[in-house]
Amino acid sequence: MQTALQFGPILIHLDLLLRGLAKSIQLAALSILFGTAIGILGAVGRSFGPRFLSWPIAWYVELIRNTPLLIQLYFVFFSLPLFGFKLSSNTAAVVALSIHLGAYATEILRAGIESIPEGQIEAAKSLGLGRYRIIRHVILVPAARAVYPSLSAQFILQIMGTSIVGAIAAEELTAVANNLVMQTFRSFEVYIIIAVIYFVLVQAASLLFAGIGKLMFRWKV
Amino acid sequence: MSLRDFGPNELMFLLLATRWTILLALIAFAGGGLIGLVVAAIRVAPARPLRWLAAGYIQFFMGTPILIQLFMAYYGSSFLGYRPDPWVAAAVTFSLNGGAFFGEIFRGAIEAIPKGQWEAATALGFRFTRTLRLVIIPQAVRLMLPPTVGFMVQIVKTTSIASLIGLTELARAATQVNTVTFQPVMVFGTVSLIYFALCWPLSLYAGYLERRFAPGMTRKVEAPLVMSPFPSSS
Repeated sequence: MQTALQFGPILIHLDLLLRGLAKSIQLAALSILFGTAIGILGAVGRSFGPRFLSWPIAWYVELIRNTPLLIQLYFVFFSLPLFGFKLSSNTAAVVALSIHLGAYATEILRAGIESIPEGQIEAAKSLGLGRYRIIRHVILVPAARAVYPSLSAQFILQIMGTSIVGAIAAEELTAVANNLVMQTFRSFEVYIIIAVIYFVLVQAASLLFAGIGKLMFRWKV
Repeated sequence: MSLRDFGPNELMFLLLATRWTILLALIAFAGGGLIGLVVAAIRVAPARPLRWLAAGYIQFFMGTPILIQLFMAYYGSSFLGYRPDPWVAAAVTFSLNGGAFFGEIFRGAIEAIPKGQWEAATALGFRFTRTLRLVIIPQAVRLMLPPTVGFMVQIVKTTSIASLIGLTELARAATQVNTVTFQPVMVFGTVSLIYFALCWPLSLYAGYLERRFAPGMTRKVEAPLVMSPFPSSS
């Protein structure tokens, strides 16, 4: 048994940790951006699109939500090069994470769209609004507002989910941690520090999403 | 050039590895469920320091990635002088992590039961644990059932990360087969279907339970994803 926890040998590599953290944040931010875009398209396609669109979207959502992110990551990382897409591990990670979040965002936004009362849409129609403006202003924005708490909780999960992309050798925080373990042989201390970093990151992101929500959905209902 | 093709042997290897995924999920469900019950009871208990302790426990397990928790358990055991064992580390981590989520699910259901039930039980001379056991939980069960089944899907999927500390379950078997066959589409496609076959029935059942219990519900209890920045979101 080792006598005491020693954080010193790890903290001298603070620059590596911070670079890993930056990479994690980048992965999370990009995949949240793309995933949300997929979610908006998916939810609109599912709710208002033709049948030949809504059916595959439904299967996409079910398939992604019922398989592990790690397998999706492996699938993208190992399969896409066979089809001629040469991806760096970071790009593969962004692709997999975006596809993953896209399914959850689709489902969450769809639930929001369904929660919009019929009368609100009828009111918009009777005011003479066109289909596009009804979908955008009368349905999508209020729907996004209604499900924003679930959506931001999903974003937080996505941030924590980036920790597993180290499995395909991307250079984010957990991968940096694994390297540090090999350099310093202080595995337990390394992961304690990493846990603290993630914890702070998650709390900060929670505050950020809450703030964004307040800014975006300022009006009274 | 691959060493061999993906054939019946490889499929069998994957299916046999699925046993360990299922076993791991069952351990996590049983352990997490038990811990969750205790945590939920503490979270609604009158003693304030205990409540804070339980809240801190939940904060930690919901606020850090489960992979890091797994690494901490795995390498922490060697720090404490034990030989690290992937099974022990995975069982402990998944149970403790599940305990935090189940704790939140159960607490949500318990708190959805009207205050009058507690007051009536107190008036009859019931103390805390008896009230919880005989009055509150029997009513809360149908509220907690749908999110509990929903979280089981999450557990099955999460067991895949145990592969990253070297436990040979389905995900690790998949990478092993992929290394020798190098047919990733086939290998990970098959593995996806196996996971899907495990998870989808649970998802459907969770949806069914939710619809079935919906009419009589005063408040829907959602499976918590993380500690939400929005105190009472739903």
